[in-house]
Amino acid sequence: MIPRATVVSAAHDCRPLVEVENLSTYYPIRQNLGASILRKPRRFVKAVDGVTFALVRGEMTALVGESGCGKTTTVQTILRMIDATAGSVRLEGEDITRLTGRRIRAYRRRMQMIYQDPYESLDPRFRVRSIIEEPMLIHHVGTSRSDRRTRTLEALSQAGLTPPEFYMDRYPHELSGGQRQRVAIAASLVLDPVLLIADEPVSMLDVSVRAGVLSLLDDLRRDGAMAVLMITHDLSTAAHFADRIAVMYLGRIVEQGLADDVVCDPLHPYTKALLSVVPKRDPRRQTKPQILRGETPNPANVPCGCRFHPRCPVAFAECSTVDPALRSPSSVSDAHHSAACLLV
Amino acid sequence: MSPHNASPSECPATTVPACLAEGEAPLVSVDGLHVWFALPSGRELHAVQGVSFDLERGVRLGLVGESGCGKTTTILSMMGLLPPSASVAGAVSPRARNILARGEQSVRSHRWTDIAMVFQGAMNSLNPVKTVGSQVVEAMEYHNVAHGEAARTRAGELFEMLGISAQSGARFPHEFSGGMRQRAAIAMALSCSPDVLLADEPTTALDVMVQAQIGELLVGLTRELGMAMVLVTHDLPLVAQLCERVAVMYAGKIVESGPMDAVFHRPRHPYTRMLFAATPDLYDKERVVSIPGAPPQLDRRIDGCAFAPRCDSASDRCRVQHPRLLDIGPQHKAACHAKDPGACT
Repeated sequence: MIPRATVVSAAHDCRPLVEVENLSTYYPIRQNLGASILRKPRRFVKAVDGVTFALVRGEMTALVGESGCGKTTTVQTILRMIDATAGSVRLEGEDITRLTGRRIRAYRRRMQMIYQDPYESLDPRFRVRSIIEEPMLIHHVGTSRSDRRTRTLEALSQAGLTPPEFYMDRYPHELSGGQRQRVAIAASLVLDPVLLIADEPVSMLDVSVRAGVLSLLDDLRRDGAMAVLMITHDLSTAAHFADRIAVMYLGRIVEQGLADDVVCDPLHPYTKALLSVVPKRDPRRQTKPQILRGETPNPANVPCGCRFHPRCPVAFAECSTVDPALRSPSSVSDAHHSAACLLV
Repeated sequence: MSPHNASPSECPATTVPACLAEGEAPLVSVDGLHVWFALPSGRELHAVQGVSFDLERGVRLGLVGESGCGKTTTILSMMGLLPPSASVAGAVSPRARNILARGEQSVRSHRWTDIAMVFQGAMNSLNPVKTVGSQVVEAMEYHNVAHGEAARTRAGELFEMLGISAQSGARFPHEFSGGMRQRAAIAMALSCSPDVLLADEPTTALDVMVQAQIGELLVGLTRELGMAMVLVTHDLPLVAQLCERVAVMYAGKIVESGPMDAVFHRPRHPYTRMLFAATPDLYDKERVVSIPGAPPQLDRRIDGCAFAPRCDSASDRCRVQHPRLLDIGPQHKAACHAKDPGACT
């Protein structure tokens, strides 16, 4: 954890690798015939509703929030698996939100995704060598079979599977959960991505091996070439491994900043509540959980004003009418630490 | 289930229940529990290898360990719910009567009424075509706890106690959120007023905030009803938050047990220490390190300490001799040679 400060300051100098600006993704709700004849306005599930953040090379950013808050839709939109309703995603300065055909394919190669469940994400009939070779064949990487083999071996050892020859001819069922997740990581590394997105990469793994996979992701971005975006609901993991944390609630980022700032000095009442309920390892350090009642509202029916106000312990009258934007209070040391709350 | 002859060397030293000193009999005591599964290959998998613990009134015990360490098998055998391929030895004694003695016959009258369980993923196992309320009523009628209107009233009371309105009993599972379904599953387990509640990963598939709600609820229930609880989980911080006692299992054995505070601040077994070191904490910036290797296969003989191949401080003795579970502090036990200088068998 010590080198974090240096990584961050070095990264500040260069332009962000990915700039997400005001990104929105709405899913239309199917109307019945009556409603469409009467030309009632279409309703939408606002899964992502105006999200702005940047990812810097050499940094790991954690996107945290409860299920249904739009974490996964955000990254699927960045990866162009889903089309954005509004806003833009720029990768190395180029707006990729509306690219099509050949031109997006070049960018697809540079953004890779690691899925939650390595028991499902690997084809059980493929040997490890084919799992890792397939993305190269699709993206025309590697000049010959022997070149691809070298790259496969390299990726395997980079993912911590050594000696790589031992794993080449295995089937996924012969590997443990942690090893499978490393194979999935190796399969994305062969394409030399600049952005690696990991969706809950360790939640299906055993406690004893989680740290290893997370440290691998940590090492991968430390060489400076790659940005890592990790989706997680586990704030302890985010606090431990990420440089930055963005907290999402109902399609919006409600707070973002350096991990230490967000964890030690939270600004938004939602972040404060989330942090208070995270169990600590030390029984003496358990904080009094500030439990929010009720459940996350339906994103098809977002409350007016601040979307958190119905569950907020410190809401006042204005909160139900004014929708706060992300802003940094003058008191915080880092200008990048901001929260969307009228009290900030 | 048929009793199985345990080889004497495998059996743990007889344990003196800590509660006896305080003069209160345990609600349930588990003594020298062994479980074997017959594998299709003809081998036997020794899943639980001599587990003993006592549960006094209001005690919350966390049973932690990696997957496959025998946590769930232990509590399933307390319910007498193991598959026919399993054989069991040892004793599970609610009210000082061993319910494993005569198999299903002796278990049936205690299951749910003395010991009840919330299964892993219980919230997804509700019957989708019946209302939630009727499923709780059905459980009560089957066990002759209450019938008809009385059962419906009691189901309503249970729902209220668990933070669901009594009217929502008339709704179907799909109309409930995950947190509410989990509450309904807990209501069903509590419908026969058990002394002991066994909860298998009760918060795993839930969101952080709902996890906290369910955790708070379980702690409240043990306080109000004086019920004992066993929380089976792989999440050490969750145990630290909800339980005052913890038992760490490895390869079918309890390797360390004691008050949560003592086990966290003075872990005496390397596995406990490494398990804590593999768990990230919100405020603790220490490097998290995974435990190398994998747990041993339990279908073959293990010589010496089962953890020795992964241990960072194993000696030659660890590879040949089983460590015994010894008292090392007030109610604190550990099975490690490093802490057991004079042991000889």
